[in-house]
Amino acid sequence: MSETLIALFEGWGFTKVPEQITYLSDFGALAFSIWETIYAPALATLFAYIIGLPLGIILVIGEPGGVRPLPKPLMSFLNTVVNLLRSVPFLILMVMVFPLSRLILGTSVGTAATIVPLTVAAAPYVARLVEISLREMDRGVIEAAQAMGCSAWQIVTKVMLPECRPSLINGATNAAITILGYGAMAGAIGGGGLGSIALMRGHGRGQKIVLYAAVIILVILVQVIQSIGTAWSVKSDRRINPTQSKRRT
Amino acid sequence: MSEPIIQIQHLSKLFGGGEDAVRALEDINLDIQQGEIFGIIGLSGAGKSTLVRCMNLLERPTEGRVLVDGQSLTDLSDKELREARRKITMIFQGFNLLMQRTCLKNVCFPMEISKVPAEQARKRAMELLELVGLGDKAQAYPAQLSGGQKQRVAIARALATNPKVLLCDEATSALDPTTTISILNLLKDLNQSLGVTVVVITHQMSVIEEICSRVAILDGGSVAEMGDVQEIFSNPTTDAARRLVYPGGVTPAQFPTGGHVIRISFNGGTAYDPLIASLAIDCGVKVNILGADTRNVGGKAIGTMLLGLPENRNDAAKALNYIRAQKNITVEEVPDYHE
Ligand SMILES: Nc1ncnc2c1ncn2[C@@H]1O[C@H](COP(=O)(O)OP(=O)(O)OP(=O)(O)O)[C@@H](O)[C@H]1O
Ligand SMILES: [Mg+2]
Repeated sequence: MSETLIALFEGWGFTKVPEQITYLSDFGALAFSIWETIYAPALATLFAYIIGLPLGIILVIGEPGGVRPLPKPLMSFLNTVVNLLRSVPFLILMVMVFPLSRLILGTSVGTAATIVPLTVAAAPYVARLVEISLREMDRGVIEAAQAMGCSAWQIVTKVMLPECRPSLINGATNAAITILGYGAMAGAIGGGGLGSIALMRGHGRGQKIVLYAAVIILVILVQVIQSIGTAWSVKSDRRINPTQSKRRT
Repeated sequence: MSEPIIQIQHLSKLFGGGEDAVRALEDINLDIQQGEIFGIIGLSGAGKSTLVRCMNLLERPTEGRVLVDGQSLTDLSDKELREARRKITMIFQGFNLLMQRTCLKNVCFPMEISKVPAEQARKRAMELLELVGLGDKAQAYPAQLSGGQKQRVAIARALATNPKVLLCDEATSALDPTTTISILNLLKDLNQSLGVTVVVITHQMSVIEEICSRVAILDGGSVAEMGDVQEIFSNPTTDAARRLVYPGGVTPAQFPTGGHVIRISFNGGTAYDPLIASLAIDCGVKVNILGADTRNVGGKAIGTMLLGLPENRNDAAKALNYIRAQKNITVEEVPDYHE
């Protein structure tokens, strides 16, 4: 009984605490991993929004009865693409996208190369998030805008996006956190970052403490992103927070 | 008489197609004159909203023509239609303000759309807010306003492009009687001071009686009766009209014979319970409530009631005089349908 317990603790690295702590002395490597963990998903989130935001808007306004109905076949095509991309597990998608990474960046390994699969995986997700936010929009308000003579473009830019801003910010927070998680996963197959060192050093070389450190840092990152996102969303929502930041003149 | 501002000719609207198509409107013909306040009343599902939405082509008619200010809306290109819509603005039951913009920015919105320079738009928006009595709320957000105030902002917004017609779809249905009266008075004032034609859609008789000069009664997608409010209300000739004019679903056949029936409208004065009670106490006359469609909020009543007066001529006259003396109550005698 006690032997199995000791084996368990050994597996968790608790039996060699002083030795484990020395693994953290390589502070620079850890800091660099944090940087990699942040910048690749951050860029991927940006690119995912460049593709996913317009796509999400089209999914809403293009449907029959929408602000700017589009041909049915086109809408079905877009929906199918989004669904297909979303149903492929991320790790498999990443391997499938390797050739594309090589084409765009000249390589399929390294942190920068993960930006391509991250973007491909996240863009349809972002499109759905944007779609969900925009669907919350009160139809009456859109109708009022149409009655005032707004064009479809004006309704999107002056009504839908500003009115859904708090919800869009929540969606973006959600997207950033999910992409951060994907990014950590990408570390497993050739990416860099905390996911990579957690696996290679923490799991592979028995430096358990590195694994824990990586997990703790990821948890903190997620917390920070979520707090900032929620606070920003609430602060910008004039239905709950009517105080206006005074412009200095 | 000059050309009507709105002409609706042989308008029909079908929703859906094939077997389950819903015929919401059927061969509607009506003219609305420049500068009048025109009411459209009907029960739920009669097609009122569909009709008013055809007037600015939010809904495209299946057949027929809609002419606004001499312009046939169905023949316009998308761009021309957007231009034309600035002349026929609309307010709604749900206000439909932009919740993330201040009141001032809400009123600026239609001017922003039509590319009015920002400074000029701001100035006009301020004037309009003053006009509807909300000058002090310019920097407030809609979430901070009461329903009546929101509707005032919506009215200011609707006036921003100097429209010729203001369409009001159940604009007071979400408001309490006192606020309803104040919004109706505002519409009346604006109609007089700016000359804007107002089209009022409602299911409440009292709203029509309060501000409209002419009314169309919509029933099952067609116009059952149309004409002067006074005429129609004092002598409704169709069943649809009677159903609306005589509240509570009473039909003239149910009126007591021999007795004298009157219809009274409460326009936000005293509540109706005390009236009936004080009739009994002060005059010693007991009246019979045949039907009522009144709302009693905060001690104020709005709506109509059908009363059967006693057969005794003296008592009936006494009761009638007593009711006539009340403030904010109008009385009409109902013709005897038994003859
Ligand atoms: N978009 C639509 N699709 C299908 N049917 C519709 C649509 N809009 C309205 N209808 C139908 O048309 C008829 C008239 O509806 P409309 O909304 O004009 O009635 P209304 O008089 O405004 O009623 P209410 O007082 O309840 O607002 C109803 O039978 C309704 O079901
Ligand atoms: Mg309606």
